[in-house]
Amino acid sequence: MSVAVLIEHHGGQISRPSFEALTLARTLGTPVAVWLGEEPPADAVAQLGEYGAAEVRVAAIGDDARLPAKAATAVAAASADSSVLLVISTFVNKEIVTRVAMSTGAGVVVDAAGAELVDGRVETTQTVFAATWDVRTRIETDRAIVGIRPNTTQAAPAPTAGDATVVGVDVPLPETRERLASVEAVPEEDGVPLAEAPVVVSGGRGTGGDYTLIREFADLLGGAVGASRDATDEGWISHEHMVGQTGTTVTPALYVACGISGAVHHRGGMQASGTIVAINLDPDAPIFEISDFGVVGSLFDVIPQAIERIKQSRES
Amino acid sequence: MRILVTVKHTPDLQSQRSFTEGAVTRTAEDGSMNELDENAVEAALQLIEAAGEGEVYALTVGGADAVAAVRKALQLGAHHAIHVSDEAIAGSDVFGTATVIAAAVRKVHAEAPLDLVVTGMAALDGLTSMLPTALAAELDWSQLTLASGLTVADGEATIIRHLPDARETVSAPLPAVVSVTDEANTPRYPNFKLIMAARKAPVATWSLAELDLDPSAVGASAARTTVVDASERPPRANRQVVTDTGDGGTALADFLVERGLV
Ligand SMILES: Cc1cc2nc3c(=O)[nH]c(=O)nc-3n(C[C@H](O)[C@H](O)[C@H](O)COP(=O)(O)OP(=O)(O)OC[C@H]3O[C@@H](n4cnc5c(N)ncnc54)[C@H](O)[C@@H]3O)c2cc1C
Ligand SMILES: Cc1cc2nc3c(=O)[nH]c(=O)nc-3n(C[C@H](O)[C@H](O)[C@H](O)COP(=O)(O)OP(=O)(O)OC[C@H]3O[C@@H](n4cnc5c(N)ncnc54)[C@H](O)[C@@H]3O)c2cc1C
Repeated sequence: MSVAVLIEHHGGQISRPSFEALTLARTLGTPVAVWLGEEPPADAVAQLGEYGAAEVRVAAIGDDARLPAKAATAVAAASADSSVLLVISTFVNKEIVTRVAMSTGAGVVVDAAGAELVDGRVETTQTVFAATWDVRTRIETDRAIVGIRPNTTQAAPAPTAGDATVVGVDVPLPETRERLASVEAVPEEDGVPLAEAPVVVSGGRGTGGDYTLIREFADLLGGAVGASRDATDEGWISHEHMVGQTGTTVTPALYVACGISGAVHHRGGMQASGTIVAINLDPDAPIFEISDFGVVGSLFDVIPQAIERIKQSRES
Repeated sequence: MRILVTVKHTPDLQSQRSFTEGAVTRTAEDGSMNELDENAVEAALQLIEAAGEGEVYALTVGGADAVAAVRKALQLGAHHAIHVSDEAIAGSDVFGTATVIAAAVRKVHAEAPLDLVVTGMAALDGLTSMLPTALAAELDWSQLTLASGLTVADGEATIIRHLPDARETVSAPLPAVVSVTDEANTPRYPNFKLIMAARKAPVATWSLAELDLDPSAVGASAARTTVVDASERPPRANRQVVTDTGDGGTALADFLVERGLV
């Protein structure tokens, strides 16, 4: 069975969650990579092969990939012979797959943590209600679409590489009423993108706007910097760093919340993380209720000491 | 300007709730209007205030208790309220819900043309964020989703879309379906006069028959997905909280080392 995987890429570089999705796809069938936008560079194609892609279907539609209706037409054409389509669960991909499902009749689950075949149907697992419940959903239709969260599958190359045969997808795109008046790239920051990071260190109002320690701690742990909405609203840090239900949902192995109270909106975007650690002055802060380890104290005292101790332990 | 706002009745995320037979069980006092739909109502009110004329319709689809969502919209200043309720709708997936909302939108649009449908970017319970796209596709109207800014001029709507990699400006002719984020505006508080008026304001209640919809096209039987199992996550085991008396950072570091996380 062919399982189409919509590949995320930026400047020709494939994102880590795409390899996770290809790894998951191999447990369901034979992965076929779907690539939108510019032509993939040769090394990207080779990598897709290493993770098991039998084919790489390329719809070279450039910036048209930014308009959901056009992207959906290209994805539907590229995955027409696949009974399963896997995408990374981002806001944009949710829009694309909604339209693919409208035109193909596929059932959709987004924000899934896993997917498997049970009696010929795709079943997914996901956490819902601010990550307080686990649900298992069966997709009843012959075609299934699953949006998978980053960090939910351990990416691993295929035991035997796929051929990664490049196939052009030539599809007439529909006229859309929507028109891109401007696209302003968000300056890329060094380090790991938030959604994909294995470790996230977040700072909230308690930082008072100073992210020096948060960044230092994140760098030490090889992670990304996150923030609460109060912090992004204050303009202390850019919106891309916001973790939560209306920001980025993260599920890293380790989440460190510093000076964040743990409002339900914030928790919904991080509660499914592996290990949660919190530093907060207020012993009654709700964040402690969902933390594996909490320190009641000031982040300005606790973080520098933790950094020193971790450095020491690495040296010894 | 005529604008319809979709408002969903969602459970209070802090309260207890349960799943029975794949559906969410909630009590009448548990829940209100989806918070992000306050931003949708606000966006609609600001547009008609700027235009100096217009009407706002609030529409909800759901069981008897869902009427609370449109009442809240009336308190905020919406002029008309519609509650679509029918036993056959229970258990709908996103596509079933979109079919119902689209039929209701068409009915209002047939009375006098609408310029916009404004929705929240996500319902904080289902959180699929798929409904706005499904609705635009179903209606075959312009899709302007994830708006953190919205302007309307000369028969065209323009939004700002703040994505992880880029800030887009997207324009499209009316009628359009616009979904707004919590950055789009700051919702107003209901004022006393409107609260009193909202109590007595009529709410139109429509069933599927009034929408000319075949019950078999929606609801659990038409749903493409079924919840087969649901369980509440147990609280984290062995939680520890220490108070910093000079060695809190060391304790934290030791915990991370012990767990193999550094
Ligand atoms: C529709 C809607 C959507 C939302 N979506 C999101 C979202 O996606 N993400 C999000 O984060 N929020 C979201 N919010 C906002 C959310 O409700 C909270 O207001 C926000 O998360 C609070 O941010 P905070 O924890 O940084 O601030 P606060 O709640 O003010 O908490 C600051 C904490 O810092 C502690 N503190 C102070 N000084 C120190 C110190 N020196 N050391 C250690 N601790 C200290 C305090 O004890 C306090 O607990 C949303 C709100 C709405 C209405
Ligand atoms: C925990 C949970 C998980 C679910 N998972 C899936 C799934 O994987 N696949 C699937 O197909 N369905 C799923 N559903 C069903 C789906 O959520 C409902 O059909 C819902 O009405 C539409 O999707 P949403 O709540 O995710 O809306 P979103 O797309 O997140 O909501 C966006 C906006 O649409 C409007 N809106 C949404 N629903 C209504 C309504 N009933 N009345 C008025 N306005 C509304 C609101 O303005 C809202 O702000 C799930 C439901 C729940 C509670």
